Amino acid sequence: METLRVLVVDDETGMRLAVARVLNTYTVRLDESDDHVVGFAIETADTGEAALEMMAASAPDILLLDMKLPGMSGLDVLREIRERRLETLTVMITAYATLETAIEATKRGAHDFLPKPFTPEDLRVAVRRVVRHLVVQREARRLALEKRQVRFQFISVLGHELKAPLAAVEGYLQILKDGSAGSDPAVVARVIDRALVRTEGMRKLIVDLLNMTRIESGQKRRDLAPADLRDAAASAIETVAAAATARSIAIRLDAPERAPLVADRGELDIIFNNLVSNAVKYNRDGGDVTIAIDRADAAWRVRVSDTGIGLSAEDAGRLFQDFVRIKNEQTRAIPGTGLGLSIVKKLAQLYGGDASVESEPGTGSTFTVTLKG
Amino acid sequence: MTSQPTAPHILLVDDDEDFLYQHKVQLEHAGYRVSTASNRADAEALAAEIRPDLAILDLMMEQHDDGFVLSHHLKRMLPGLPVILVTAVTAETGLGFSPTSDAERAWVGADALLAKPIRFEQLTREVERLLKAGARG
Repeated sequence: METLRVLVVDDETGMRLAVARVLNTYTVRLDESDDHVVGFAIETADTGEAALEMMAASAPDILLLDMKLPGMSGLDVLREIRERRLETLTVMITAYATLETAIEATKRGAHDFLPKPFTPEDLRVAVRRVVRHLVVQREARRLALEKRQVRFQFISVLGHELKAPLAAVEGYLQILKDGSAGSDPAVVARVIDRALVRTEGMRKLIVDLLNMTRIESGQKRRDLAPADLRDAAASAIETVAAAATARSIAIRLDAPERAPLVADRGELDIIFNNLVSNAVKYNRDGGDVTIAIDRADAAWRVRVSDTGIGLSAEDAGRLFQDFVRIKNEQTRAIPGTGLGLSIVKKLAQLYGGDASVESEPGTGSTFTVTLKG
Repeated sequence: MTSQPTAPHILLVDDDEDFLYQHKVQLEHAGYRVSTASNRADAEALAAEIRPDLAILDLMMEQHDDGFVLSHHLKRMLPGLPVILVTAVTAETGLGFSPTSDAERAWVGADALLAKPIRFEQLTREVERLLKAGARG
């Protein structure tokens, strides 16, 4: 159980005791299905000055503040809290709830009002309301922070991913400039080839990045029209045909005559190109790729299987995250941006579907994408 | 320039294919013999075979501490072998890298640490310095 700290500020001893008695045994269940229960630890103060002193040491979560106090008033305390930028939520307790004082108190940051005299139930209702607000506010703050951190992390990794090929290309240009490549045409050819390979990788990364940004911002204009998954699969096979033939990898398509879906053909191409090119890239020479398309649970199911290096359950779990590439001796020389599968998953979700992988290290992997419609 | 059979032999280890090839070309042009490996196991086998005069190792390979471990093993296998550790750690990940205690430095055994991106003149200067020191010792 989570315990929230409540500070009760009232100059009447009876009132402080009564509030403490009610809240000491009170708990708030935030969600019927959830076991998130909140209880309260009560502290009390008899003047605004004493309350502020206590708050300077450590601010409570909730402040029950009497408007009329000897010395500084409840409104003065509110102003002080705002100046100190404390995150405490304040419920004003007031005997004469005029509209004017209510407006003034709200302006100064009071969250709610509890008019005197109040019953124990009135108090519980007011406290429950403020607790719910507090929890929602915290959650929103946590999500905003998380989003910021994810974004910063993304940009930092992206910076690295763009810098690496740039450094490689610079290195090659330097070699050509300072003449270290000498006059051996084989060395010069390799230097130029590798520089082009790295530039190509960088270009692909930028294309992936733009695709992903469009998907995530929701600003990509989607051209939804009758399409056929079989056509998209066939076109992806054609794209990788040369690379597959060079390594004697056979690609088989197992699909019904027609596999119609209202979709953005460009998005289907991105999904199939990523899955099929991965199945070739991470395969063994002489291996097989099977693309199976069928209906399951009112959705199209696309399964792309390979006979390649496979991956561990641990790696499979993080494979669909941005920039995750499985790094080992077998994958070292295989180029990739680390964004492809993340994009595939995001696109599948646009179709009410999902993307997943099952794999056996050393035997092969099967990627499954579902698309509703 | 073709290196002489008697030229100092350098073992160059990095899992970055481009870094490896670029530095091999440049070091050969500078007159050294260069053998390359892209992982720790290959590097150790190659070192036993060619008995290099100097080794240049990347700190981060498949296993993040491979460079340290390789340096430690090479020093044990070939005492007196000068080792240069090249690292991108600080620049790329923001993680501070430095063996802090004498015990750690002794364990790693590297004679020089260079941070990527390294300038080639900087690398050749270190190579020359260490080979000279090695020849004296």
